[in-house]
Amino acid sequence: MSKRQKKDLAKIIAGGVLLVIAALAPAEGYLRLALFLIPYLLVGGPVLLSAVRNIFRGQVFDENFLMALATVGAFLIGEYPEGVAVMLFYQVGELFQSYAVNRSRQSITELMNIRPDYANIERDGELVQVDPEEVRIDDLITVKAGEKIPLDGLVVSGNSMVDTSALTGESVPRSVSAGTEVLSGCVNQNGLLVIRVTKEFGESTVSKILDMVENASSKKAKAENFITRFARYYTPAVVIAAAALALIPPLVVPGAAWADWIQRALIFLVISCPCALVISIPLGFFGGIGGASKSGVLVKGSNYLEAMASAEIVVFDKTGTLTKGVFRVTEINPSRKLSEIVTPGASGADTAEGGRIVSENALLEMAALAESYSDHPISLSLKQAWMERNTPQEAAQSEAVQVKQAGNRGEAALPGTDQPETVRSETERTDGASGPVKEKRVTDVEEIAGHGVKALVDGRTVLAGNLRLMQKFGVECAPEDKAGTVVYVARDGSFCGTVLISDEIKQDSAKAVAGLRRLGVKKTVMLSGDARNVAERTAEQIGLDAAYAELLPGDKVEKMEALMKQKSPKGKLLFVGDGINDAPVLAQADVGVAMGGLGSDAAIEAADVVLMDDQPSKLLTAIGIARKTLRIVKQNIVFALGVKGLILILGAFGMANMWEAVFADVGVSVIAILNAMRALKAD
Amino acid sequence: MKKVFKMKDLDCANCAAKMENAVKKIDGVNSATISFMTQKLTIDAVDDRFDAIMQEVVKACRKVEPDCTILI
Repeated sequence: MSKRQKKDLAKIIAGGVLLVIAALAPAEGYLRLALFLIPYLLVGGPVLLSAVRNIFRGQVFDENFLMALATVGAFLIGEYPEGVAVMLFYQVGELFQSYAVNRSRQSITELMNIRPDYANIERDGELVQVDPEEVRIDDLITVKAGEKIPLDGLVVSGNSMVDTSALTGESVPRSVSAGTEVLSGCVNQNGLLVIRVTKEFGESTVSKILDMVENASSKKAKAENFITRFARYYTPAVVIAAAALALIPPLVVPGAAWADWIQRALIFLVISCPCALVISIPLGFFGGIGGASKSGVLVKGSNYLEAMASAEIVVFDKTGTLTKGVFRVTEINPSRKLSEIVTPGASGADTAEGGRIVSENALLEMAALAESYSDHPISLSLKQAWMERNTPQEAAQSEAVQVKQAGNRGEAALPGTDQPETVRSETERTDGASGPVKEKRVTDVEEIAGHGVKALVDGRTVLAGNLRLMQKFGVECAPEDKAGTVVYVARDGSFCGTVLISDEIKQDSAKAVAGLRRLGVKKTVMLSGDARNVAERTAEQIGLDAAYAELLPGDKVEKMEALMKQKSPKGKLLFVGDGINDAPVLAQADVGVAMGGLGSDAAIEAADVVLMDDQPSKLLTAIGIARKTLRIVKQNIVFALGVKGLILILGAFGMANMWEAVFADVGVSVIAILNAMRALKAD
Repeated sequence: MKKVFKMKDLDCANCAAKMENAVKKIDGVNSATISFMTQKLTIDAVDDRFDAIMQEVVKACRKVEPDCTILI
């Protein structure tokens, strides 16, 4: 409780005691009035003062004025105890309200307590703590176990696990070592890390996030604007109604008592305060934004939270959003039926075997070696897959298989070749299995643009490339229709098999899409620049409603326009992308969601909502929070207006008293505030 | 120029809305928002008269809610 609140509380208690004394004292006439005026002025003095002051400043319908008018009115009609009690109750409510607001402000700020207080930097051989703002780019900072990483940077030395939960909501710590990029706001859990700073504090992730969340509440939601606009008309309207209630019935209705109708009018005045309504709406949205950032979803404004709640069409970008955006070897298919694929001239010696002509590993190795001089992503993924498959633990096992296979193959493919040598070279290869692919075994590399590579691997001609390459060299093979890039491999003119390289679908993509449908999203669409078959298969696997493939950036914008026309007037369209070259589409959608925003400035700039880690299922969390927040906000609007309306009606018919009126004002605000705080908790 | 100011004792959400409206009406203010939750005023006003405009902003806010002060 702040100093001011404590002082107010003391006044209220004293006022309460004096009120009881005044009520019990056997005083009459002016003495009685005086006895009641003491607590009234003590508690309500500041209210009266503000009311008078505000009238001169041109603020007529503010709550001070209304309360002053209502209580002074009570005094004028001789209801002294009621006048004091109403003022007292009003002040209690105000106090509680300000306390609750402060508490919620605090708990929201605590939620976002990711701002680092200091950075350890070496100066003159000693480690000193400095303000993160003072640290410059390329400075070396030390982060001890348990400390927050103060600025974005690259780890220079040290190994540790860092807790990114403050940024991503992800509780599994990440392991970092020299060369890893780390972000400010993460907590170093065990080791000592030395980090070379790559961004100044103001540009660091933590500052950006704090900035965004703090500015989020300035982008107001429609519900919020509606309420402030409503309040602007509501108060004068109720005050005019009160005046009418005080004047008209006593003049028109025969036998109506002035005092009775004035009291009813006073009830109107008390209820006319708009604060309960106005306060709970921003609080609810702010709580929602706070709760969302706690679970790794940054929302740039209440308006986006509101729009997200009525998501009807969700459009995804493919690469990097639904898929990992990393090309990996996903299938290795050594060809099985030799009889069907060997060229007529070649020997069919082992057709009877019916087995594979090469092992998976040998096939992969052939492709990797042939492509070893290329930096193309496809070549890199071949090399990487080969290295992964030949880790030391598995090497021994695969060696045996390989040698045996090599023997078979020697016979099968080229009878009469120097068999012992082939075996030897295979053995050599597996000796170095844990190391990088040996390039010296590859000679005469010839890249055939748009087709693939032809190279001499261990003295034998290997072709690795697309179907056209096979056709060009007259290699017979069965075309494969798979989602991804198929690398066809042939050796000495005979087809050996294919390696499928594709972008892996993220584990939770399907879950995310299914979840969206459960949440009532009518249509899920994928836009992709990829080949049609790749896109369609991906969409099918994930369970999307539609997929548009082979789109150039300009086409994406056009498709979005068409999709925007399909939604119902109230529905919203969400676009989810990875923030890389989809900025126009992000801006075009009702809500642009960028994914994997951690560390990507472009995404944070362009999007309205940023999912901090790259799980599409976080979208469900985001929509869930948005819906919950909206529900709370609506509950508050209905509840506050409902209670106020009810008491207004009861008051007009003389069935409500001042107490109920005060409850309809401050009591309702407090309940609405408590309800709004629920938005903070993300389920 | 865009600047953010902290506000002290901003206790009433309706007042915040009223202040925001009052500030927006000041000549030279391009845009202004008052966040009741973060107790911050974000103002975008023309550069050359910024200080003079801020004087007016303070005055306008005091008129609505005398208890609340803008920390400049």
